[in-house]
Order: sequence, then C-alpha cells, then structure tokens
Amino acid sequence: MAPSRPFSHRLNQAVEGLMVWVLRFGGWISVLVSLGIVVTLVTESWPFFAQVSFHRLISDNMWTPLFADPQYGIGALLAGTLVTTGVALLVAIPLGTVLAIYLSEFAPTRFREVVKPLLELLSAVPTVVYGYFALLTLTPLLQKIYPDLPQFSMLSAGLIMGIMIVPYVTSLGEDSMRSVPMLLREGAFALGDGKLGVALRVVFPGAFSGLAAAYVLAISRAVGETMIVAIAAGLQPRMTINPLESAATVTAFIVQVSLGDLPHGSIGYQSIFAAGAVLFLMTLGFNLAGHVLRRRFHRAS
Amino acid sequence: MSCDGGFIVLPEHFFQRQKKQAHQRRAIDRWFQRIGLLLTLMTLGILAILLLNLAGNGLMRIDWQFLTSFPSRRAGEAGVLSAWVGTLLLMMVTAGVAIPFGVAAGIYLEEYAPKNNWTDFVEINIANLAGVPSILYGLMALGLFVYQFRFGQSVLSGGLALACLVLPIVIVATRESLRTIPANIREAAFALGATRWQAVWHHLLPYSTGGIATGVILAMSRAIGESAPLITIGALTFIAFLPPAPVLSHPPFLSFEWLFSPFTALPIQMFNWVSRPGEDFQPNAAAAGLILMLITLSMNGAAILLRKRAQRNIQW
Repeated sequence: MAPSRPFSHRLNQAVEGLMVWVLRFGGWISVLVSLGIVVTLVTESWPFFAQVSFHRLISDNMWTPLFADPQYGIGALLAGTLVTTGVALLVAIPLGTVLAIYLSEFAPTRFREVVKPLLELLSAVPTVVYGYFALLTLTPLLQKIYPDLPQFSMLSAGLIMGIMIVPYVTSLGEDSMRSVPMLLREGAFALGDGKLGVALRVVFPGAFSGLAAAYVLAISRAVGETMIVAIAAGLQPRMTINPLESAATVTAFIVQVSLGDLPHGSIGYQSIFAAGAVLFLMTLGFNLAGHVLRRRFHRAS
Repeated sequence: MSCDGGFIVLPEHFFQRQKKQAHQRRAIDRWFQRIGLLLTLMTLGILAILLLNLAGNGLMRIDWQFLTSFPSRRAGEAGVLSAWVGTLLLMMVTAGVAIPFGVAAGIYLEEYAPKNNWTDFVEINIANLAGVPSILYGLMALGLFVYQFRFGQSVLSGGLALACLVLPIVIVATRESLRTIPANIREAAFALGATRWQAVWHHLLPYSTGGIATGVILAMSRAIGESAPLITIGALTFIAFLPPAPVLSHPPFLSFEWLFSPFTALPIQMFNWVSRPGEDFQPNAAAAGLILMLITLSMNGAAILLRKRAQRNIQW
C-alpha cells in the first residue's frame, strides 16, 4: 500500500476535482443557451412552416398571418428590416469610420481617452429611450423639413438606430486602426504623404479586416434592433422600400403580436417563432462573418 | 543642375511642386482635423440633447408620488412603483444566475479548457451568442421557460431570459481580465504546490476582481434597459400590485413566491406610455426614461472609473 497522503492533500484533490466539473458546467451553459434558442425556434415554428409553403412565403405580397384570409409574404417584413437597417448604416458607417480615423490618427491621446468611453455610452442608452426620442423629438423635427412625413416613419427610426450603432463601428474600428504597426505609417510619412493620406492609403487598408468586422457586427445589431423600430417605424407590415413611409420590421412584428393575447400553439404564437427563425438565420450569418473577420485581424496584428 | 562639394544641388524651381503639394496636404490634414473634432462633438452632443430633452419633459413629473404610485388611467396620478420594484426583482434573478455561471465559464475557458475543436466551438458559440438579437432570447424564454418549464409569465422567466442575454458579457469580461495576469503568477503558485483551483481562488480571482466587476456592472446596466425580451414573454404593462415580499416577519422568514409573480419593469412601463396615443402620458414616459438613463449612465460611468483604477493600480 502506498504511504497515505495527508488529509489536507486529499481534500485539495477532492476540491480540485469538484471545481473542474463545476467550472466545466459553467462553460456548457453557454452552449445550452444556444441550443435552447435553436431548438425553441425550430420546434415552435415547425407547425407554421409545415403549413405555409416556401412558395407562398416569397410570392405573397402581404404579411397578415393573423387575418381571416391570411397572407404570408415575409418579404413585407424583410423590406422594413432592410430599409431601416439601410438608413442606419448610411449614418453609422460614414460617421463611425470618420470618427475612428479621427480618434486613431488625429486626436491627442488624452482627448481620445476621454471621448471613447463617452461615445460608448451612446450604445448603452436603453433602446426604448431612443424610440421615445425618435418618435417624439426627431419625427416632429423632420416633419418641419418634409411636412408629408407620417407620424411613424422608417427614416426617423433608421436615423436614430444609426446613432446607436456608431460606437460599435468607431470602437472596434479605432482599435484595429491603432494596431496597424507604426513602421508602416513612418514609411509613408518618409515618402512625403500627409496625415490624411497615410490614414486613407496605409492605415485604412491595413486595418480593413477589423473595420469590416465592425461593419458586419453593426449590421447584425441594426437587423436585430427591436424597440426603436417598434416605437417609431410603425407596426403595419408594408411592402415598400421608401424610407419616408411607415412599415413593420421582423422584430416589430414579434413585439406587436406579443403585446396581444397569445395562447400557446395559436397561429400568432407560431408566426412570431417563424419570424424569429428568419431573424436568427440573418444575424447568425452576420455574426459568424464578423467573428471570422475579427479573428483574421487578431492574427494579422 | 550643378555639382557642389559632391552633393547634387537641384535648382529651386524643382522643389516648387513638392512644396506646394506638401502645403496642400497640410491644409487637407487641418481641415480633416476640424471636421473630425466637429463630428465627434456633434455625436456626443446628441447624448446631451437626449438627456436634456428627457429632463425638460420629465423632470417635473419625478417626485415622491411618482415613485410610490401604481400605473393609472389618469396620467397625473400614474407612477412607477410596480415598475421599479419589478426591475429590482428581475435584476436579483439575473445577477444571481449570470454572475456565477458567467464567471465559472470564463475561468473554465481561460484556465482549464484544453485546446481542441470543442473549445473552439464553445468560443465561436459565445461570440455568436453575444450578437443574437435580444428579442430572440425573449422567444426562447417564451417557448422554454414559460411553456416547457411552466414558470409562467413571471419574474423568474424574465430574469432568466435577461441572464442568458448578458451571460456572454460576463464570460468575455472574466476571460479578458484573467488573460492580463502574467503566466508567472500561475507558475509561482504551482511551484508552491497549489492545485489549479487554489491558484485560481487565491491568486487569479483576487487580481481579476476589478475587471470582472466592470463586466458585471456593464452586463447589469444592459439588462436593466432591455425591454424586447420581457415584452415577448408577456410582461404586463398594467400591474397595480407588488409581488409578494421576499422577506417574511414569521418563520421561515424567506419566501420565493415573488419568483412566480407577474411583473412589469421600468422600460416596459415607459414603452407603454410612449406608445399611447395623445400627449397626456408623454411626460410620464420622459420621467421613466430619465430614471432609466440616470441608472444606466451612472452604472456605465462607475464601470469606466473602475476599469481605469484597476489598470492604474496593478503593475506586474
């Protein structure tokens, strides 16, 4: 028999063995959550997709699954998501990129250190507050410029959503631009280029995979954003690409149906899971692309 | 061109173009500098406008009566009592679930996990989870917690949905702050015969508390402002009662009935007031929004300061 180890040693070994399993279980939880999302979306939307053919999903012009004469044109919801996301990106990508270039290449260090956390507060504002702001402040303002703008408009919601996602672009973009090696900049300066030239011709291409990751994650944010569009863009699905109109997005439809009475297994219940499944597939694509791009940028730097 | 002491001296006019170009570049740089500064200040200005707007419309509504009244059909009498109590209870569930599991997962992935395909998969999975729209967590909670597990449209379901939502934030913060600790701290502990867990518990966790706390505060501030997942699981907007108290005056002194109570929360209450037609409830919405903004902004401010301090104090 081997000489017996002191009790404290055996206790330590037992604690070690226990903690490995406790911690491992914590790691599994994240996988379980993903699994929970996928399984719930698939099983609860299954009856819906079994009942509605793919052909109807793409050929119907309206999305009215709760009406007596239902139409299942998911395009009407996708159009709303597409337009609001498009408007948001038209704000966030140029503005976010310019701010990233400015903060990374031009601004003094002290200034950047103060401004960057302040900018990030913009993405910490509760989205319901942004919705309030879009509906009750921005829309009346836009109506002064363009009197025919309806009370609910995709333009107003999209603009505010753009402001919300600016920090995603700026923060990640600035990180990746600053990780471009100083030597490259110095080389370009030595050849006589100016600061902006270096930023656009050397730093921007060098940091592009990081910036692309920032753009893709911003798109994913905009596609999944719910409260701003539910409050300010309207809840009526409409097949239109005119941002001056009101239309429901995929997310706004889920909110609208959830606000009503929603018995388990009803067509309304199934339809929000169907909309959720579509939303999940869209954002999954963007998230994975963003992850791959970001990893490439980490490897390069 | 003349030769002067071995150097080739170019005539003055040869430099004219270069000088002009350099001058132009500097002018462009100066312009961009101004534009960048202007845009930065404008973007920050939006945050200020947002706050001032809420304060201007809602500050006069915030008083003792507003904080201690239930929602009402009359805008002047309505308050946020059930909303802030609901938010508080939700956060207790969320923090109680997200912090232990998130920190455990972070420690496991950073200190224990072997480098293999499964670990890679878990990492991609967490990156994806962080980007899943919040409303999908609501749908999961509706299908799984509300109907499968039969928790009902309760504080428990809502808190669990928010916990799942912020779990990736806690995991990432834990991992990042463990990663900044140099390997020699671990090696020193192992050299003295510590087990891996002892190294984590006695050395790594104390060093990373600042970073983890920052992540936890950010996660909670995110959870407080979320409304979409709560709407999906069926949080009611008109709750004129409080959930049963968690503390009793008689044995067993603790009660968990509140977990299964219907609830409302601050963002839900605000959404309800915003989406009502007419202007009566708009000041109420602004007041609720102001309270929400003050909570989330001060939590974020605290997180920024904490991160700064943690970075300054530790020198390896």
